[in-house]
Amino acid sequence: MKRSLLGRAWPGTAAVVLFAVFAFPVYWMFATAFKANKDIVSDTPTWFPTSPTFEHFSKAVDADGFWTLVGNSLTVTLVAVALSLVIALLASFAVARMRFKGRKSFILVMMMAQMAPWEVMVIAYYMIVRDAEMLNSLLPLIAIYTVMVLPFTVLTLRGYVAAVPKELEESAMVDGCTRTQAFIKVIFPLLAPGLMATSLFGFITVWNEFPMVLILNKDPASQTLPLWLTSFRTTFGDDWGATMAASSLFAVPILILFVILQRKAVGGLTSGAVKG
Amino acid sequence: MSAQIEEVAADPAPRIGKGGAPPPRDAKGRVSQGVPYLLILPAAAATVLLLGWTLVKNGMLSFQNLNPRQLIQHVTEWNGVDNYTEALGSSDFWSVAGRSVVFTAANVVLIMTAGCLIGLLLARLGSKTRLLLLLGLVLAWAMPVVAATTVFQWLFAQRFGVVNYLLDSLGWHSMADYNWTSGQFSTFFVITVLIVWQSVPFVAINLYAATTTIPKELYEAASLDGAGPWKQFTSVTFPFLKPFFLATTFLEVIWVFKSFTQVFAINEGGPDRLTETLPVYAFVEGMGNQHFGMGAAISILTIVILLALTAYYLRLVLKQEEDEL
Repeated sequence: MKRSLLGRAWPGTAAVVLFAVFAFPVYWMFATAFKANKDIVSDTPTWFPTSPTFEHFSKAVDADGFWTLVGNSLTVTLVAVALSLVIALLASFAVARMRFKGRKSFILVMMMAQMAPWEVMVIAYYMIVRDAEMLNSLLPLIAIYTVMVLPFTVLTLRGYVAAVPKELEESAMVDGCTRTQAFIKVIFPLLAPGLMATSLFGFITVWNEFPMVLILNKDPASQTLPLWLTSFRTTFGDDWGATMAASSLFAVPILILFVILQRKAVGGLTSGAVKG
Repeated sequence: MSAQIEEVAADPAPRIGKGGAPPPRDAKGRVSQGVPYLLILPAAAATVLLLGWTLVKNGMLSFQNLNPRQLIQHVTEWNGVDNYTEALGSSDFWSVAGRSVVFTAANVVLIMTAGCLIGLLLARLGSKTRLLLLLGLVLAWAMPVVAATTVFQWLFAQRFGVVNYLLDSLGWHSMADYNWTSGQFSTFFVITVLIVWQSVPFVAINLYAATTTIPKELYEAASLDGAGPWKQFTSVTFPFLKPFFLATTFLEVIWVFKSFTQVFAINEGGPDRLTETLPVYAFVEGMGNQHFGMGAAISILTIVILLALTAYYLRLVLKQEEDEL
């Protein structure tokens, strides 16, 4: 009898255990960030922050250049994502709605670019940016990040544009809209989920990017948050409270964005895959 | 219809409508041949400039003797295939390459197995437990790589790390003060746990989403034929989701093979450079030891190995795209 009960309960039990496994590191980050130091450095871990404190957060926020780097990260991320969306929207419209010579080749190039090993080519980027005398500038980062997220954005938006029935556009044009007007009034609103899914992906990619900024921007004032986080860890050594507070500050925007938009992200990724 | 844009099809429509517009429409008709090219121009130009040119530049650098001296004096010293013969002739390169391949294979097998099992589990759960598990997966998935790396350093910290505490209290007392980053195998263990933890949600959630598209009738028919869970998986789920499995495995191979941040941020390829995978090796040789030409050659070799690992799937995709377009 015990066995059959176990048999029926196992998916639920497994789910709870797996939830714990996957959520624990995230929980531990926040919990440590709020714990008093004596609870962090104790031989028996304190599982909950019993006397929560914000001192680690103020330490992280007061660290050298934090706000400059927040500004850098936001600038680089928002500009690169916006640029890639605009560029990709134009291209995806052409690819999904028009027939022209070179269309196939363009799609193939985008697919190849999507697999490009950026991390591996950092030396070439270093030489190019150095020769242009643009090391320690945000501009090369923005340009590189834009192209980094562009292929995914083009290929995914292509699926979304293709999913909008052509008749909608045509009937808008019968009603006297130009093609551009039809696009703005009819298609664009229907693309909102696709735009959200792709911008979410872009935001996460750029916000996280590490190897490129590691070699291109040695000057601390020109760096972004991922680099700050690793150097923070080195500077503050075994101050795990401060390190976890810094990690929390870095992770929170993505966590919030992702939890809100994850349904669209999943739908976006799979619909992109199915519609190719 | 072949080389024309579909705008042609919509053209007769406005003629039925108001009369005043023909001249501009004709003008538009003339430019319209160029419209698609104009639309793809920014994307194509940006990609060619920033990716294509860099690839070419990378190739050129790999045939140069480029060290700090040449860099500072701005001289170009071609040295033919010297970098390649040196790299391919060194045992270091081959051990790093072999390590990279084994590392990738181990991670991808773990990710795909765990991801598929959890994805199938999601499909069997009640709505409340499913939501709970989905929440856990989404949290891990959304965690930024660099933040996750610092958290894993804390979990596996030698002193006061919760992993060592748990192992100790489970009776494994020698682990109470274990230094995870002191050995090659244990460092790789931490990196692998980190990568698998972060990658499984993508596979699991997408697999679950994909299973919801399988028609229920297929399972009904299978269970009428007396198929058990395993048989149902091999005869219905797997064949139906084969494209998904192929695509996901391919993506994971690429992602794991070129993963730099996790490997580098956990221990910078240490101890004693024993956890360097190819991207980290190229970085350390090229940027760290300032043998820029050598680093470029290693990165070209890395790309070649990556292409070889993914050639099978790449061919499938390209062929399929050709057929579809």
